[in-house]
Amino acid sequence: MSTSATITQRRHALYGWMLLFPSLVLLSLFAFIPTGATVWASLFTRGTSRRPSEFAGLDTYAHLTSDPVFWKVVTNNLLYAGVSIPLSIGIALGMALWANARIPARGFVRTAYFTPTMLPMIAAANLWLFFYTPGIGVIDQITGLFGFGPVNWLGQPDTALWAVIAVTVWKEAGFFMIFYLAALQTIPPELREAATIEGASRWTYTRRVLLPLLMPTTLFVLINALINSVKLIDHLFILTKGGPNNASKLILYWIWEMAFAYFDRPHAAAMTVFVLAVLGIVAAVQFRLIDRRAHYR
Amino acid sequence: MTNFFSRAALAAVGMSVMATPAFADVNLTMYYPIAVGGPLTEVIDGMIDRFEADNPDISVEAIYAGNYDDTRVRALSAIRSGEPAQLSVLFSIDAYDLIEQDLIVPFDDVVKGEDGKAWLDSFYPALMKNGQIDGKTWGIPFQRSTIVMYYNKDMFREAGLDPESPPQTWDEMVEAGKALAGDGRWGLMVPSTGYPYWMFQCFAIQNGKELMSSDGTETYFTDPKVVEALEFWRSMATDSKIMPEGTIEWGTLRQAFLEGQTGMMWHSTGNLTAVKDAADFDFGVAMLPKHERPGSPTGGGNFYLFKGSSDEQQDAAVKLIRFMTAPEQAAEWSIATGYVGISPEAYETEALETYTEEFPPALVARDQLEVAIPEFSTYETARVREALNNAIQAALTGSQSPADALADAQSQADRLLQPYR
Amino acid sequence: MTEVTSPATPRALPRLDLDAVGAIVLAVVWISPLLFAVWAAFHDASGAISFDLSAPWTLDSFRTAWAAAPWPRYFLNTTILVTITLAGQLVLCTLAGFAFARFPFPGRDVVFVLVLLQLFILPEVLIVENYAMIARLGLFDTIVGVGLPYMASAFGIFLLRQAFKQVPKELEEAARVEGCSWAGVLWRVYIPAARPTYLAYALVSVATHWNNFLWPLVVTNSVDTRPLTVGLSLFGAPESGVDISVISAGTIMSILPLLLAFLIFQRQFVQAFLRVGIK
Repeated sequence: MSTSATITQRRHALYGWMLLFPSLVLLSLFAFIPTGATVWASLFTRGTSRRPSEFAGLDTYAHLTSDPVFWKVVTNNLLYAGVSIPLSIGIALGMALWANARIPARGFVRTAYFTPTMLPMIAAANLWLFFYTPGIGVIDQITGLFGFGPVNWLGQPDTALWAVIAVTVWKEAGFFMIFYLAALQTIPPELREAATIEGASRWTYTRRVLLPLLMPTTLFVLINALINSVKLIDHLFILTKGGPNNASKLILYWIWEMAFAYFDRPHAAAMTVFVLAVLGIVAAVQFRLIDRRAHYR
Repeated sequence: MTNFFSRAALAAVGMSVMATPAFADVNLTMYYPIAVGGPLTEVIDGMIDRFEADNPDISVEAIYAGNYDDTRVRALSAIRSGEPAQLSVLFSIDAYDLIEQDLIVPFDDVVKGEDGKAWLDSFYPALMKNGQIDGKTWGIPFQRSTIVMYYNKDMFREAGLDPESPPQTWDEMVEAGKALAGDGRWGLMVPSTGYPYWMFQCFAIQNGKELMSSDGTETYFTDPKVVEALEFWRSMATDSKIMPEGTIEWGTLRQAFLEGQTGMMWHSTGNLTAVKDAADFDFGVAMLPKHERPGSPTGGGNFYLFKGSSDEQQDAAVKLIRFMTAPEQAAEWSIATGYVGISPEAYETEALETYTEEFPPALVARDQLEVAIPEFSTYETARVREALNNAIQAALTGSQSPADALADAQSQADRLLQPYR
Repeated sequence: MTEVTSPATPRALPRLDLDAVGAIVLAVVWISPLLFAVWAAFHDASGAISFDLSAPWTLDSFRTAWAAAPWPRYFLNTTILVTITLAGQLVLCTLAGFAFARFPFPGRDVVFVLVLLQLFILPEVLIVENYAMIARLGLFDTIVGVGLPYMASAFGIFLLRQAFKQVPKELEEAARVEGCSWAGVLWRVYIPAARPTYLAYALVSVATHWNNFLWPLVVTNSVDTRPLTVGLSLFGAPESGVDISVISAGTIMSILPLLLAFLIFQRQFVQAFLRVGIK
């Protein structure tokens, strides 16, 4: 190891750290320190003017998991993720195939698919509120033409969460479509032609050629969709506020409620720790997958 | 279009220049909510402008912050982040929590002497109840309501009912509802999102029972009369079928009423002006029907004074509150919204006298104050309320029987209130 | 809309077959909420709900909506927010991406994994503590405070690192031989080479922050900082009894700029994604 090489190395290390410094400061301020603070806050009781905060150990966690609302909210969120993710990815793929095909009005079709992505969720929720309103809402007016009675979509525990999921899928699919569309554009058309010459049906081609080629995109979109299933709760503020009777309450909305409506920081913190743990597991799995794929390259 | 946008940009720049506060000795910040319809921020801004014109040494920043919950969140966020407000209009039922968190000061310590006492006595007693805790006055009424029954006189006529004699008892209401319902239209709608507990208080008090003790530490959800009240509410959808199943959205209900979807609706009197302006049919307003007794909870927002202001700010804040609650402003606010004029003097102002002569429904909410009870409020109020709301929604949507749902809510409330007993 | 890549083959003409019908039907369904909003915005509430085709068209709802809230201020706030957030992201992510791509140093991989962790520690999930942090920094109710937590974006760092890694070493060495400093190399060689990545990232960032709601809801408190989304949520709070026409008018006003931008730059949009590819 020559000295000049060592000096270069050191200089590079210095440059590296200097370049990273601003990002690391911000990441510490808004990701790492708050994560630590969240864990810390979850270990103490709530302080009020009458009772100061004291160390509670894991009591808050025990209290949280004994609350039926906790299980309700977790179940809701799992259902929300479990339905909206595959549905929006499936629809996105279909959209991308269609938007990539040679059809009339292709420009309109693409634009129409993508439009919801450009709407703020709050705006979308306002529009959907009037789709869902019983009796005078758009959906009920359309089903009314076929002789169905009014349905209280947002006001019944059986349908409220599904109504919220529908808005989510509508909003997400067009966004994911863009990624698929980009991926489709990179697939040489010769492949399709070759498959046709081989006599492969369209379905076979899609399953055996297209889907494997789109796998990296699917993985990327899946991660995005997973993250969104945790953080996409804006429409709850307008549509249901998590009701009726917590039927459509999702985890992050509940955290917001505990922290900002009930001023119960410990419980909000404990719930946040729970979410972070789950996200951490997802991250670990994801990194493993990336590692694997790196080996294939 | 470009013209439109350049104008918008210009307007924005103009506003940002104008937004720099004029030089004043005392600066006040207040947050206020709006939970009913109409472009009401302008009315408030107009009042504030008049106040500032009268008091050039005081500058007020009045911030509209959404609904009651949003406003509480915003006001407390501001305090926690070191930019406190000196006063705010918040839910009248937030008083316990605000005291518990040691954030507000009682008015008795600030407005002293005969004059102060006379001022505190000038409001309707029913509106003062929510703000009186531990022998002190913590809230001054500003936008206060009771719940009234709006009914569509045209639909009444069609159904062969007398449009001038709205139902006065539960039984009459169900009868009228049956006559009105059918053909995709309903007899009655009572909102059950947003503030379900508030509507439920009506049924409970009409059945002869209040939901909580006056010291905010006990709730009576499992009282047979309370359970019966919820059973009745639910039965209107299941048995007499005068009301749709499931929950009814607070926000879209007014639209449904205006579209002739329902012959009657229970709603805050704060919606009166919005209904009056938009209805293209003949409508009436009545007191809520009685069962064992008549009754409605009061509702709405009170002025609170926050701790941590300088003496000058506190004096200025009291001055502002006294201005905003003076008869002229109370009358103006009542006409603009439908909220109750908060003092008898408000109804003696020329403006409100003229208005109520032309439009007698504006007096219904006030007349109902005679039988009004304080709005549901306890310690840990947000969470106890949430438990009750969930029970009501569970019962109305049929996922639990009223008795079971209320028993759950009661046990949650007991758990939350135990430390305060 | 333009063709992105379509090698001309004899069968390249649009055909109206089952695919086309399906695609167009889905498109109509997908855009119907927006179409309904347009319809509702230009009618009064009763006309909007009754679908009465003879109902009079009117601009009243736009007037009411425009007068009901300080929209110009909200537009300005959102524009400032999106701009400073993007500017911060571009600077910080460029520096960090460059470091990860070109300066090997001990511990780099550990740091990189830490950065990637932020992909999963979402600012949204940490609203409570991030709010406390913003308050401590004295940035509560400021536009900078809304944008700051997003500026060191792991996604941006990751994308730029990928883009920089693909720049041939020879280009860098040539520039170094010509006497360029590291900053010069970054500015003259790497940044131009990564332009498509920048464009794609910028588009995603603008769309995200234009539409962001929960975090601004928590940290903004006044008209001077409130972005469009929070303003729109206050404007259309269900409690106040939503008037469908006015809400629709407000909604259309607030989405118009972004929607127009998308329609105009549609091609760049798709091509940018195409070039970046998801690695």
